[in-house]
Amino acid sequence: MLDDFLIRAALAGIGLALAAGPLGCFVVWRRMAYFGDATAHAAILGVALSLAFSLSLFVGVLVAALAMSLGVLALAGRIYTMDTLLGVAAHGALAIGLVAVSFLPGVRVDLMAYLFGDILAVSQMDLAVIWIGAIVVLILLRLRWQALLLVTLNTDLAAARGYDARREQLILTLALAVLVAVAIKIVGALLITAMLIIPAAAARSMSRTPESMAVIAAIVGLCSIISGLSASFYWNTPTGPTMIVAAIVLFLLASLWSVVNRGR
Amino acid sequence: MRFGGRRILRDINLSICEREIVTIVGPNGSGKTTLLRVLIGAQTPTEGVVTRGTGVSIGYVPQRLAIDRSMPLTVSRWLHLAGAHQESDCQRMAERVDIVGLLGEQMTSLSGGEFQRALLAQALLIRPALLVLDEPTQGLDQPAVASFYRLIEAVRGEIGCAVLMVSHDLHVVMRSSDHVICLNGHVCCEGTPTVVSAAPEYQALFGFGAEGALALYRHEHDHRHDHADTIDTHAG
Repeated sequence: MLDDFLIRAALAGIGLALAAGPLGCFVVWRRMAYFGDATAHAAILGVALSLAFSLSLFVGVLVAALAMSLGVLALAGRIYTMDTLLGVAAHGALAIGLVAVSFLPGVRVDLMAYLFGDILAVSQMDLAVIWIGAIVVLILLRLRWQALLLVTLNTDLAAARGYDARREQLILTLALAVLVAVAIKIVGALLITAMLIIPAAAARSMSRTPESMAVIAAIVGLCSIISGLSASFYWNTPTGPTMIVAAIVLFLLASLWSVVNRGR
Repeated sequence: MRFGGRRILRDINLSICEREIVTIVGPNGSGKTTLLRVLIGAQTPTEGVVTRGTGVSIGYVPQRLAIDRSMPLTVSRWLHLAGAHQESDCQRMAERVDIVGLLGEQMTSLSGGEFQRALLAQALLIRPALLVLDEPTQGLDQPAVASFYRLIEAVRGEIGCAVLMVSHDLHVVMRSSDHVICLNGHVCCEGTPTVVSAAPEYQALFGFGAEGALALYRHEHDHRHDHADTIDTHAG
């Protein structure tokens, strides 16, 4: 059954959506959209790394994404703000990655696949990596859920309860890097943040607690993946972008729903 | 608890006994919030140590808590953030601080006074040995301030916790504290409210002394009585 490329694609997308929903909520709550974007851009540097040293794509991207986000976290607030540093690091990593790939001898790389994903080319091996990564992210979030919520609300309040804001930030950074590493194959470096933010944003208007928002975000992501995949199959459109378009449609519907509800 | 630091704060040596209400007063920039942040463990002192008795849990009510509108959070869920607590505990605490009718509301929709009581309720739900409050009545009007301090005094008795707070409401503080610390980078003077308000250091810092603070309080009390006569809502 797993031989069918469409089913593999759907399963890969479902794995990504389940992890990206809850993690995306934290990205939204903590206003880390740009941070997520920068981590994702670093993935292209990771692609160059993995091609140059013949590492697996997952390992290369994970290393690059982690190095970039930890570097930015360590340097932020010294001379430049986080915002500026992210701007330097994000586009720096993307540009250096693209240049580095062009230097690699005898490699002809389909860059479009890395920038916008190629979910239809997901192998059984990729599928295993994606699901393991997604489960790791979900377990991390589940274990630290209380601490992450408190740290997000107020770091002093969290400290009084014995939670270290820096440690929780590191856990989120790690989860984000793992997610980027599994998502690059599916939606590509440029659209990963979309999968984090759009479902979470759509879920906001339909939820009353952080937990329900996380669950609804995962469901919205799931629907976007499945409907995007089907739509791209029927209309022969690029799959990654089509899934994001589906997510945007759901976001617009959710916004409309909340406006209508508020009007009552 | 002991702490001896430098720079913003130096030579601080303070200890809090069980069930005691300790209030820190001091001008802006005197290091009040810094002292609290060191005590709750949010900041490591450059010099000196904070020793916390084993099993001493701290309930903390921050000066400001801005809940991002992107995070949905009901009052009920907020209270449950105190840890794995029974539904009935949250219910009882909500009744105690008079927010039980708001449990289903979003935190961002509460008024200033309701919000502060919700913060207090969560801090109390962890059954703290020490309750730490950083200017808990900022932005509240006079009656709300008075009732908030009455609530704190009452729950102190019920839960049996010590209270450490920073406050600008001098007249109220002088009435309800067991121990007052006047801070200005270092401990200017400390002791019972009467001792502190008579101390020359305190009078130099706040311009008016004990008489001023008490007179201010008396004046407002009279003022409220006047209103009570006309509209018949005597608040006490």
